[in-house]
Amino acid sequence: MKFALFTGCVSKGATRELMVSTMKTAEALGIDFVEMKSAACCGAGVVSEQSPILADALNARSLAIAEEQNLDMVTICSTCQGILKKSECKLDSDEEYKEKVNYVLKEGGHQYTGGKIKLKHFANILATPEGLEMLKSKVVRPLEGLKVAAFYGCYVLRPSEQSEYDDPDNPTGMEDIFEALGATPVYYESRVKCCGFPIVMMNKKASHDMAGNALADAIQSGADVVVTGCPLCHLSLDSYQPEIDKLKQLGYSVPILHLPQLVALALGIDSKELEIHKHIVSTPNFENKLAKLGAA
Amino acid sequence: MATFKIKRYNPEIQREPYYEEFQYDPPEGTTLLDSLNEIKWTQDGTLSYRMSCRSAICGSCAVKANGHAILACQRQAEHVIKNDTVVLEPLGNMKPIKDLVVDFDPFWEKINKVTPYLKPEETKPEKERHQSQAQFSIIDDSSTCIMCGACYSDCNVLEVDDNFLGPAALAKAQRFVGDSRDKDRKARVEQLSEPGGIWDCTHCGECVERCPKPAEPFHRIKEIMTVALEEGVHNNNGARHALSFTKSIKHSGRLNENVLPVESIGFLGVKGIVNLVQDNLKMLMQGKVPTVIKDVFGLIPVGLRMLKKGKIPPIIHHSVDDVDDVKRIFKELKQ
Repeated sequence: MKFALFTGCVSKGATRELMVSTMKTAEALGIDFVEMKSAACCGAGVVSEQSPILADALNARSLAIAEEQNLDMVTICSTCQGILKKSECKLDSDEEYKEKVNYVLKEGGHQYTGGKIKLKHFANILATPEGLEMLKSKVVRPLEGLKVAAFYGCYVLRPSEQSEYDDPDNPTGMEDIFEALGATPVYYESRVKCCGFPIVMMNKKASHDMAGNALADAIQSGADVVVTGCPLCHLSLDSYQPEIDKLKQLGYSVPILHLPQLVALALGIDSKELEIHKHIVSTPNFENKLAKLGAA
Repeated sequence: MATFKIKRYNPEIQREPYYEEFQYDPPEGTTLLDSLNEIKWTQDGTLSYRMSCRSAICGSCAVKANGHAILACQRQAEHVIKNDTVVLEPLGNMKPIKDLVVDFDPFWEKINKVTPYLKPEETKPEKERHQSQAQFSIIDDSSTCIMCGACYSDCNVLEVDDNFLGPAALAKAQRFVGDSRDKDRKARVEQLSEPGGIWDCTHCGECVERCPKPAEPFHRIKEIMTVALEEGVHNNNGARHALSFTKSIKHSGRLNENVLPVESIGFLGVKGIVNLVQDNLKMLMQGKVPTVIKDVFGLIPVGLRMLKKGKIPPIIHHSVDDVDDVKRIFKELKQ
């Protein structure tokens, strides 16, 4: 399997361990990721605040680059996935708009056609029946006894008509992956909620309260670890976790992993190689479980 | 036969709410509201909920079905019954009054806060005030709002912050911010840029998902943001965040995570810094803690924490390959 990998900005910046673990996971699974080095940022739904057509043009350019390579495009960030998808839908549903955007791209040598390639989050590649079979066949270290709570990230779920999940209000893709890895999925209400990251600069308290409510829900539901498909959720849930009032009051903490880190653990790659120690939050419970699995 | 598990509440009799199960077999093609009516008429006349038009026009019958807000008259019962059961609860983010009826007062107070009526120029035209099709299409979607409260119910920000105006009021605000006949565009976006306004929206998309009409508040909120940036209402973290973000992509094709937080809190260009100093001196003179001090001290702990773990983004910010083409697109679109 060969894909064009849209890395996004955060996996190259504040969560470089996401990029490291993605590449290690791909290698272990025999997936060939061709990094899209000339693709620009998806805009994260922020560039479109200034200019919607600018965001769509940048994303049309990225999609066109994948089309030129004739490769399906994989994202490793829920935000990148949702934002690129939104632009794709807008372009595909409005021929006149597509022409307008293509006119802007023309001089750079790119033209977006549409319908030629698929755009999917890494989780959606793994959560297909074939993907899950492949995972099961490659697991060398089943994550037995590890209770894992998924945190999806809004953009891969809503709007539902742009989501890859069959039932975005009640998705099971991440949990299906956890089961294939031998772990025990923890279902809890907040797994489809917002992590609060987009407003951390504007309304810090509300942002942390959102993250705190979600994490408290996961912990009270029995999670040893929370796993996310979005590095922005990771920043909100991990980097800011020590200052989330609700968790401080409850005396709770929980480690947050990127999805490829969890997958790679089951594929036999050790925690250190996956840079799990770079995360802000670690708990003795999780460390012990990793040691017990021989993955520390 | 299906089980309707309904959250009951009547503080005059019992302080705590509880769930009661009703058995009912909805005929094919009937709505969830039809089921509620049948249960009320044939099983328990005390069951309370709001309803009126039965045609998804009046916006009265919004309730939570299986945890998410919907219009009861707009969905067929069989579509919301999962494994022979549907759980019905009152809308969220509002205080229940009885059973599925909630107190809409805070909802309407927020609608009133956005001046939900047209403020045209004083001088009257000879005939009517014309709008082109293009001008009308800007406010067409927000005009379809039926004030059902479904978006308000499921808004992730309102769950933690009552001060947020919320999706319905902001969608209503866009109805007038975008109206070519309104003279208060700038004053409106200034007000909407204050804390609790547009920049407090967390992009979760719940309101888009729950909206039974094309109003889809999140998209309307984004449209107001664009107007606010165009009108030069930049003296807040939300606007500066958008400007800094876009500037970063313009220069390198990718986000500079080291610069974004610093510019967002005010250190954005010479003019921005001058404004920041002026604004914060004003706050100091009024005896308030300057926001920039709070913001700077807010960044330090997380910054140090990430530095210690080697999680700080690379100090030398690299551009994407072929960044000249990205720059060209910005130029072409006059950004």
